[in-house]
Amino acid sequence: MFYREAGDFKTSYVDDNQTFPIKFDRYRYYFVLLFAFLVVPFVINDYWVNAVFMPFLIYSIAAIGLNILVGYCGQVSLGTGGFMAVGAYACYKLMTAFPEVNIFFHVLLAGGVTAVVGVLFGLPSLRIKGFYLAVATLAAQFFLVWLFNKVPWFYNYSASGQISSPERTVFGYAVTGPHTSAWATYLFCLVFVVLCAVIARNLTRGTVGRKWMAIRDMDIAAEIIGVDPLRSKLSAFAVSSFFIGISGALFFSVYLGAVEVGEAFGINKSFLVLFMIIIGGLGSIFGSFAGAAFLVLLPVLLKNVLVSGLGWPTDLAAHLEFMIVGGLIITFLIAEPHGLAQLWRVAKEKLRLWPFPH
Amino acid sequence: MTVQKEEGYVTADGRKIGGTLMEMKNITLRFGGVKAITDISFDIKEGEIRAIIGPNGAGKSSMLNVISGFYVPQEGEVWFRGAKRPPMKPYEVAQQGIARTFQNIALFEGMSVLDNVMTGRLNNMKTNMFQQAIWKGKAEKEEVENREVVEKIIDFLEIQSIRKTPVARLPYGLKKRVELARALAAEPKLLLLDEPMAGMNVEEKEDMSRFILDVNDEFGTTIALIEHDMGVVMDLSDRVVVMDYGKKIGDGPPDEVRNNQDVIDAYLGVAHD
Repeated sequence: MFYREAGDFKTSYVDDNQTFPIKFDRYRYYFVLLFAFLVVPFVINDYWVNAVFMPFLIYSIAAIGLNILVGYCGQVSLGTGGFMAVGAYACYKLMTAFPEVNIFFHVLLAGGVTAVVGVLFGLPSLRIKGFYLAVATLAAQFFLVWLFNKVPWFYNYSASGQISSPERTVFGYAVTGPHTSAWATYLFCLVFVVLCAVIARNLTRGTVGRKWMAIRDMDIAAEIIGVDPLRSKLSAFAVSSFFIGISGALFFSVYLGAVEVGEAFGINKSFLVLFMIIIGGLGSIFGSFAGAAFLVLLPVLLKNVLVSGLGWPTDLAAHLEFMIVGGLIITFLIAEPHGLAQLWRVAKEKLRLWPFPH
Repeated sequence: MTVQKEEGYVTADGRKIGGTLMEMKNITLRFGGVKAITDISFDIKEGEIRAIIGPNGAGKSSMLNVISGFYVPQEGEVWFRGAKRPPMKPYEVAQQGIARTFQNIALFEGMSVLDNVMTGRLNNMKTNMFQQAIWKGKAEKEEVENREVVEKIIDFLEIQSIRKTPVARLPYGLKKRVELARALAAEPKLLLLDEPMAGMNVEEKEDMSRFILDVNDEFGTTIALIEHDMGVVMDLSDRVVVMDYGKKIGDGPPDEVRNNQDVIDAYLGVAHD
């Protein structure tokens, strides 16, 4: 009843191009932003940050990145874990080499480094598509993990072969290292999430995004219309890897603090982020958030209900999680290939006419 | 009967046709041992509607693909706007001002009608990725400017009501129209239409014919089209090229082509000794 576009007239193309053309959506968006920035930091504690918010925020960035490549540009990638590792190790090297520079810039630069690496591994996409490209990116995944294990320079010759993030501060508050406070790390990640989401939205609604989608939907027609497939695909790889690199840097420096590359950025991570965008919705920014939230919250929920609530053994709950996620992925692929985002879209379309659909 | 001169001519209905826009000189295209096009030459003059006809497998679509840069002929030269065109990628040809539609609709199914038509304008959009990422300022201004052009084309083709509809939901006839809109959005010097009426009913054909004539009339766009419906071809086009088995067997105004014995033989078949 309140969710209407009737009476909300657009008198300019700028208005028509808004991200949220319906007033209610727009206010909801501002409300969520204000709530996230002004309320959550005051009520948050360590458990919530480490179990829910931080993984959600960081995986959201990775999911947005992968969604740009897979969902918008149609280039399947299984190298997400590897690219996250590039972000993490780039961030580590920068943090230790230039301790006086603010970590904010280190994370951004780590994204930049990952973008370059992503473009390199994106080069085969000009020749191969689909399955074969997926296998090529799988090679990137294994190669990168191997590289970070094998070359001691990347982990500064530490005895354990791990990298651990030294303490760094933003405006005097620690965001990495052992002495962080929940709200500071949360806000630090949130800033990156908002930044990435806005950039992703701007890119996908303009010419760049239309070129990507044209390549995805029909690459030959796109080329005849005037899309340079080389530049278009590589730009998707670059932007996608930039986001994934940022998420990898945050995952290492802010969230985990210490990382062993094979464990933290293995092939499982690639699949996890891929599942996020499949369940959330390919080709949708909202879907990236929805998928990340779903796959982060599901284990937490299962653990709380089954282990703490019903007293089941932990391993049983963990196995049940695998089964549920597997089942859901099959269900979504068959029943709703556009994921949670599409369900959301359909719900909104119904809501616009509710309660009188005729 | 039109009077044909070296530089332009006047059509029967009084439209002035300009000089040569595109010239194909002795084009030969082979796929391995198969000759799809053999030594064909013809020209397209500015402002005219030029039809390419012929029985199935005559090489018409191959010819269109040569013009749009998708195939590079083994022999022969393509001259566009007074200059010889070096072998180039299809997207570079598009940037030169040649747009086309496809025999089997090649729209971007996952995008809305508006986005499809906006994609047609991408050669006019110059902002780089960083400006796009910031959006406010240059990118937004450019988006709005191009949107205005696109909206004119949407009005022109009468597809206002389906602007925001995903293309996948549209019926066949409308998809054809959206594809024309996308090609027009590029404001091409030369518009190539590959069987614009294929699979349409009489009413849809009449609509499409009207749009083609209007495009030619209002925007002054030069049009080269392939079509099987002879009635449509004879009514619309100023000059017709007839192909058969990869060879040119006729070239001239519709009336002349209609009475050409080779053309009649190609279409009706002729007893071989």
